[in-house]
Amino acid sequence: MKEIILLKNGELALKGLNRHTFENQLVKNMKQRLHDLGKIRYVQSQSTIMVEPIDERVDLDEAFRRLKKIFGIAGLSRCAAVEKNMDAILPAACEYLHDELLFAKTFKVEAKRSDKKFPFNSPQICMELGGYILSKYHHLKVDVHNPDLIVNVEVRDSYAYIHGNQHKGAGGMPVGSAGQAAILISGGIDSPVAAWMMAKRGLRLYAIHFASPPYTSQRAEMKVHSLLRQVSKYSGDIPLCVVPFTHIQEEIKDNCPEDLFTIIMRRFMMRCAERIAKDQGCGALITGESVGQVASQTMQAIACTEAVVEELPLFRPLIGMDKDEVIEISRKIDTFETSILPYEDCCTVFTPKHPRTRPQLHVVEEAENVLDVEALVEEALSNLKFINISGE
Amino acid sequence: MEAYLDNSATTPLCKESVEKINFTLTSCWGNPSSLHSNGIAASELLEESRGIIAGKLSCEPNEIIFTSGGTESNNIAVLGAANALKRRGSRIITTSVEHPSVEEPIKYLESQGFDVIRLRVNENGLIDERQLYAATNPSVVLISVMYVNNEVGTIQPVEFAKRAAVHAGANALIHCDAVQAFGKVQLKPYNMGVDLMSISSHKIHGPKGAGALFIKKGTRLAPHSLGGLQENKFRPGTEPLHDIAGFAAAAKALPDYHQSLEKATALRDYFVQNVSAMENVKINSPANALPYITNISVLGIPSEVMLNYLAEMGIYVSSGSACSKGHKSRVLTAMNLNDERINSALRISISRFTTKEEIDYLLYGIANAQKTMRKLK
Repeated sequence: MKEIILLKNGELALKGLNRHTFENQLVKNMKQRLHDLGKIRYVQSQSTIMVEPIDERVDLDEAFRRLKKIFGIAGLSRCAAVEKNMDAILPAACEYLHDELLFAKTFKVEAKRSDKKFPFNSPQICMELGGYILSKYHHLKVDVHNPDLIVNVEVRDSYAYIHGNQHKGAGGMPVGSAGQAAILISGGIDSPVAAWMMAKRGLRLYAIHFASPPYTSQRAEMKVHSLLRQVSKYSGDIPLCVVPFTHIQEEIKDNCPEDLFTIIMRRFMMRCAERIAKDQGCGALITGESVGQVASQTMQAIACTEAVVEELPLFRPLIGMDKDEVIEISRKIDTFETSILPYEDCCTVFTPKHPRTRPQLHVVEEAENVLDVEALVEEALSNLKFINISGE
Repeated sequence: MEAYLDNSATTPLCKESVEKINFTLTSCWGNPSSLHSNGIAASELLEESRGIIAGKLSCEPNEIIFTSGGTESNNIAVLGAANALKRRGSRIITTSVEHPSVEEPIKYLESQGFDVIRLRVNENGLIDERQLYAATNPSVVLISVMYVNNEVGTIQPVEFAKRAAVHAGANALIHCDAVQAFGKVQLKPYNMGVDLMSISSHKIHGPKGAGALFIKKGTRLAPHSLGGLQENKFRPGTEPLHDIAGFAAAAKALPDYHQSLEKATALRDYFVQNVSAMENVKINSPANALPYITNISVLGIPSEVMLNYLAEMGIYVSSGSACSKGHKSRVLTAMNLNDERINSALRISISRFTTKEEIDYLLYGIANAQKTMRKLK
């Protein structure tokens, strides 16, 4: 039996005249993610996309697994493509959905007929197939309001497609359709989740990581690689830029008040990040901050950090989320286990014992004045390291 | 001439595996848990290996843990599942033809109060799914069914285990011992409704001492070895990286399933056709068995005598399973074969490297043995 994957692209269907740009981006992303599986044809029609393997060897299970992680797809189902006549459709539906029919207690049939020449109309298809299924599976009852299983039949141009319940897709918008933004990633639980959430809204990701060798180990950077690799299964490739941060941290440590260390450090991070982001064509910065989570993420601290960002908007998708809500997502996208590996990162070395929780901007600026800010930033930016992280 | 036809016992290493082991032992010998660069290189190799095995099972890398082999995988799965779920119910369903590394842990659990149902098999070594449905009730916590039988090559309808569990409303874990199947047929635990799947390295031309267990995401298991964080705490202790990397290299070197399966089927059919033409030879494997394993009986010549005779000629086969020498085969007994057939059973197991010449030599060996033994009478 010929099998295909049918995708519904949800929110994209609401777009107006530029809908096709979004759809084309989606198809481009899919092609990129499935290219090594063999020859596949993508057919767009109305608000659905059909993924048809041309090559017999295409591993449809693997394709399905990968498609579930591509943003811009609201729902997806595997369908059997059957010859367009009732004598073929009836037994094929029972054969193809045997397991589902066995496990369900209630069901209904939904039919769509875009080929109006097909001799049965939609209600007639439902009746015929519903009756046939009832005669084969005696334990089943029909429930049109809240069935366990919906048997779908879509009669289209060349085939009738049969599928069971639709699987939920990753949702969101196709990555790339909203431009590119830079995520500041440390290796904790929050930043990969923040990255994932913004990729979901169609942003291509660019990652910036601050490393402080020898205080931080190579492991900490490897950890960032593996976190990004995990996120890239959803977002596509992520270029990573590693900023050497040791000298800046040492200077702050030696010359500024201990309780302002973290705030001043974060201001440096923002300065570096904004310049790199602009250089790389990013339109925004993304952080994993959430109000009140730690001393540097109080409202006042955020104000002091943000003050150095000159042009780019700062996206903080986690700003109003609880830690357990963030953890729930990180488990879902498989970054949690990596995030909790115990390596020192640039945020944990030199941490003050009693950081200031309500810093005032003028005090911070004054404390910072003893440093040659521009020279330090320049020095860090002249020693950047670039790596590309790709998922599959 | 030599003919190694005991590939279900173990296989010779493929060259890709040897090279990788060599490389690991000499150039990548660090401890994957070390923080320094030496350890990082080792942990990268470990994760690369995990990715390769995950690819072969169409699952995520974090659903694979490395073990010391099939036996350990089976033990971690069976004991871990039963212990994690013992509050939920007490029934375990398995078959009467499982490998001892499943049967023995289950026997232990039985002594601890679990109610164990062993499904009978027919003359082809096949379980009856109606029996499986009948035995499954809501108190079932584990169903363990092997995929390909190690003695006769019968392929069990493993996918019925999940169906039966769902049908009965049992929240049971499904374990599948796929040691003999891995590398020979496409394995997709997700499609088979399997939560735990055991595989082994040395049956696919990799080194001994490595294996893996697929643990479906979200499955709760109780570890039974304690003392380290490695392999998600299920297999604590420093990883034998050379074995694991050698395992992954062997898995990576596996050719396309369809082609090797066609070749193996042709060889098996050739062998069966010729050997059944001989007098007093019975085929014990069903016609639709996996072609890599063929079990026959040469009536009148005890297995061990035949084994020794063939070994003298440089032909290596086994009587039943290599792990239980001297015991009467449980599998053939369960298939209800008569004692004469059981006592003269031979297992011929081929690999993707087996040639027609080797099969011819085996046929020649069996014919010669029959001639000689007749003279002895």
